[in-house]
Amino acid sequence: MSVLSVADLDAWYGPAQILDHVALDLGRGEVVALLGRNGAGKSTTFRALVGLVPRRSGRIGFEGQEIGRMATHEIARLGLGFVPEDRRIFTDLTVEENLEVGRRPARAGLTPWTPERLYALFPNLGEMRRRPGGRMSGGEQQMLTIARTLMGNPSAVLLDEPSEGLAPRIVEDMAAAIVRLKQEGLSILVSEQNLHFARLISDRAYIIERGRIRFGGTMAELEARPDIRDAYLAV
Amino acid sequence: MAFLIVQALTGLASAASLFLIASGLSIIFGVTRIVNFAHGAFTMIGAYLAYSLTERLGGAFGFWFGLFAAAVAVAAIGAATEILLLRRIYKAPELFQLLATFGVTLMVQDLVILAWGPEDLLGRRAPGFTGAVMILGQRVPAYDLFLVAAGPVVLGALWLLFNRTRWGILVRAATQDRDMVAALGVDQKWLFTSVFALGVFLAGLGGALQIPREAVSHSMDLRVIVEVFVVVVIGGLGSVPGAFLAAVIVSEINAFGILIFPKISIVVVFLVMAVVLVVRPFGLFGRPEAARRTTPGATIRPWQPLGRAGRIAVAVLVSALAAAPAFAGPYLLSVGAEILLFVVFAASLQFLMSVGGLASFGHAAYFGLGSYGAALAVKWLGAPMEAAILAGPVLAGLGGILFGWFCVRLSGVYFAMLTLAFAQIAWSIAFQWVAVTGGDNGILGVWPTAWASKPAAFYWLSLMVATVSVAALRILAFSPFGYRLRAVRDSTLRAEAIGIDRLSTQWIAFAVAGAVAGLAGALYAFLKGNVFPDALAIPTSVDGLVMVLLGGLETVSGAAIGAVAFKALSIWLMSQTDYSKLVLGAIIVVLVVFLPKGLGGLADLVRPSGTGRNDASGSSPSEAAR
Amino acid sequence: MTVVVDVDGIHKSYGGVHAVRGVSFRLAAGEMLALIGPNGAGKSTCFNMLHGQIKPDRGRITILGRDTTRLDPRRIWALGVGRTFQITATFGSMTVIENVQVALVSADAALAWRLGALGTLKRAEAERLLALVGLADQAGRPCGELAYGDLKRLELAVALSNDPKVLLMDEPTAGMAPAERIDLMRLTAEIARERGLGVLFTEHDMDVVFEHADRIMVLDRGNLIAEGSPTAVRHDPKVREVYLGGGSTFAAETEVAAPAPGGAQ
Repeated sequence: MSVLSVADLDAWYGPAQILDHVALDLGRGEVVALLGRNGAGKSTTFRALVGLVPRRSGRIGFEGQEIGRMATHEIARLGLGFVPEDRRIFTDLTVEENLEVGRRPARAGLTPWTPERLYALFPNLGEMRRRPGGRMSGGEQQMLTIARTLMGNPSAVLLDEPSEGLAPRIVEDMAAAIVRLKQEGLSILVSEQNLHFARLISDRAYIIERGRIRFGGTMAELEARPDIRDAYLAV
Repeated sequence: MAFLIVQALTGLASAASLFLIASGLSIIFGVTRIVNFAHGAFTMIGAYLAYSLTERLGGAFGFWFGLFAAAVAVAAIGAATEILLLRRIYKAPELFQLLATFGVTLMVQDLVILAWGPEDLLGRRAPGFTGAVMILGQRVPAYDLFLVAAGPVVLGALWLLFNRTRWGILVRAATQDRDMVAALGVDQKWLFTSVFALGVFLAGLGGALQIPREAVSHSMDLRVIVEVFVVVVIGGLGSVPGAFLAAVIVSEINAFGILIFPKISIVVVFLVMAVVLVVRPFGLFGRPEAARRTTPGATIRPWQPLGRAGRIAVAVLVSALAAAPAFAGPYLLSVGAEILLFVVFAASLQFLMSVGGLASFGHAAYFGLGSYGAALAVKWLGAPMEAAILAGPVLAGLGGILFGWFCVRLSGVYFAMLTLAFAQIAWSIAFQWVAVTGGDNGILGVWPTAWASKPAAFYWLSLMVATVSVAALRILAFSPFGYRLRAVRDSTLRAEAIGIDRLSTQWIAFAVAGAVAGLAGALYAFLKGNVFPDALAIPTSVDGLVMVLLGGLETVSGAAIGAVAFKALSIWLMSQTDYSKLVLGAIIVVLVVFLPKGLGGLADLVRPSGTGRNDASGSSPSEAAR
Repeated sequence: MTVVVDVDGIHKSYGGVHAVRGVSFRLAAGEMLALIGPNGAGKSTCFNMLHGQIKPDRGRITILGRDTTRLDPRRIWALGVGRTFQITATFGSMTVIENVQVALVSADAALAWRLGALGTLKRAEAERLLALVGLADQAGRPCGELAYGDLKRLELAVALSNDPKVLLMDEPTAGMAPAERIDLMRLTAEIARERGLGVLFTEHDMDVVFEHADRIMVLDRGNLIAEGSPTAVRHDPKVREVYLGGGSTFAAETEVAAPAPGGAQ
């Protein structure tokens, strides 16, 4: 059964239509990659799902509820977490305070996240609880944005380009963390440009180009279609 | 020595209220990015309510409870204002927010007079703090000492609130990244409302605490808001400790300035502010504004010079106006001349705002300098009208060069606040330098030369000046210089990369706009036969802004139409009602919320799609580029 | 080969972070030189120092024989340095051709202060530049209506309006469709060769870099760690380690194009 199912999602910035009938599904406990180049519409898809674009239309079902007209904070409270690109942590706040902003009540059937459990998942963060976010490295900031969203005890998470601009070694840590979250039962939709990183973590993939979904299938099906890869994914 | 210490204590006592009010403004700005012009009005309501409550309740408990209840009531009024008005304009350019909250201020001024009457009210003294304490042989009022202690206590309480409570952490997070806070499940709407209520509570408390020290008056709102602007600009918008430090600095300058420069004490404060802004453009504790929002005037429909048909239409219109003396009487002609001079004033402000992207909140300074330039030339040099009319724009242009040098170093709300502060400097000089300017009594007997003394002749003179000025500003807008000015407004980065210097380009525009406003002011002095400090005051500046807004910010010279509509309306209102401020304030608020594109925007409203409104309040180009 | 840019040991730190540490390189006339590296490696800082937006703490920058280390962007432009930005910077309230005219007229002291209308001043020259970048038929359109790729072309036309000898391009193809990317870079390379223009560009799309750069420099944590031909850089083990990757998470596609030993997994 799908945790998140999207149909006919359109989105606009001013007069420009950025998304054109985007449709996708995220199953429970699944990791699905949304692949595409810069500007293809990945971030806009995520921002539209959580209600952060000025204008959108379409059907977005999440945990059996229609969220297409809900406000951003209501969507978050239902349990759809969003980790934006560019590591948007609160730089003036300490690690602990960043986590506090994300804290929401526990959800039935899930072990609630606490700062301690998160420090175990991301050991670096545990060593710098009182440090302001602005004085952390890019990799640490990326971990913190994910940890902060987990504090809301989401049942599904949208991860926007988690590997962007990070050193390969950190990217490997990131992949390991995502796989562990999947084992915890979290459903994850991750946007990526890096096909190789996507291979390490995902069960299925969609390819988006110019605001439209051009391919959807398992990773194996994608591997079998080099033509699609060459047409839509930047090398 | 003892005297100096006592004077310093008096300064600290004054700083307490100022800090409360300023920290409220800062907190509101930090989260909502709105500079709340109505903050002074909320302070005033706090003082009036505290007066009534303490009178009604009586006794020690009644007094202290009255102060607190007044502040709570102000917070409730503030929350209602936020819900009904501000929620609609959070995404609008800052100019609209300043104007809307100014509209609220105007309304409050009349409402306060309706409720409490025009007389100053003297509050009772604080029970338990009625006497004086001897310090080093000098008497210091006990209530002053109470206030000296109250300042740091509130600072500490605010620190705890923002660092030790979940609400405070959420507010600090929202100050940095509102969307992200929403994505983490926090309802921003109510966070904003609560922040606004807290800020306004502090304003109300600041006003209430003052009642044992000074009389409550219906003109305190503008005095307070200007002082508070100075404090937050020095301290850094959004910073509570900055507000504290700056409140102390400003109050001490006032306390000692009055001893050293009794005549120009206000000017000293503004000079300190100007120096701080040049050295640290974002104040002592402030930080650079990360994201710039939509600049006024920026439009995606490129402007076109008037075509043949347009020129013929203008020629016909001007000829028709020139024929007015054939059927209009002297009163109507003098009203007509006044409106035409405000067309010139509004056109000069539009040049600065729409072409230059610089929203000045103190354009009256140059209008007033023009008036005073002309009047002083007549009074002290015995100059004839022809020469005196030139003295106006010269003095205003020089003022524009001097003040503009500072102002163009800033942008956005800081620019607006600095222009306002400079206008207040000009106003206080005119007000305080009695020997030269006549102070409050103004300069009388500024009459035109014989040939222009007939209403028809002066009307024609005004019509000619208006036509030539608007045409000249249009020509300048379409000249290479005008394009460079727009280039800087559209993209400073690109403009600098093709060799255009932002500072000098905007500085020239500032001086030109000042000189043209001065021309209007000079003629205005001759029209009225006198000049008063009012010419330089905040309401005159805001009139100009409303004219530009009404005419359409995204037009080259729509302000001319806006000036005619607004000036005619306000002259008519003055004759119809005693509460013209209430009506004008309401008009400004309605205009900002429902007609942000001015009269030209009416066309968008009647169109079925209604996209006009979305463009004004919707996403900025930078968001769209994401 | 004529050297148009000579960078000698430039350093820059911000609040304790050493963003650029002693970077030196030269750019020759007619050359396409790419600057690549992970986010935060110091590419933008280098760029902004060359363009005068940031002044280096130490070191020296010489452009076309003049010491430009302390000059501001205006003067550097006047020397003959054009620039395009990562997020397009155009004058949104003007038409396409007016964008180019402003640049041309501002550079001409005789016209810059004319009080008449901009109108047709420098129009023919502006049309030539627009034709060069393929925007001739869009000259009269409002700039705000242009497609993203066309905005990038407009930026190029504006940057070329001073007949520069050096062109700095910050992620010129970011956000463009694949076909547009290739067209834009091909056009740039042609212009560079014809006019003897030295082009320095940063880029995240390795397709663009390997296809169009004559030479590549790799920056990591403020240091220049490699420099050379595309083939040499692609196979440099140090570069693979910090940027292109040879581990499990990076740049598999380069291997698809050119299988190398020690590939993925």
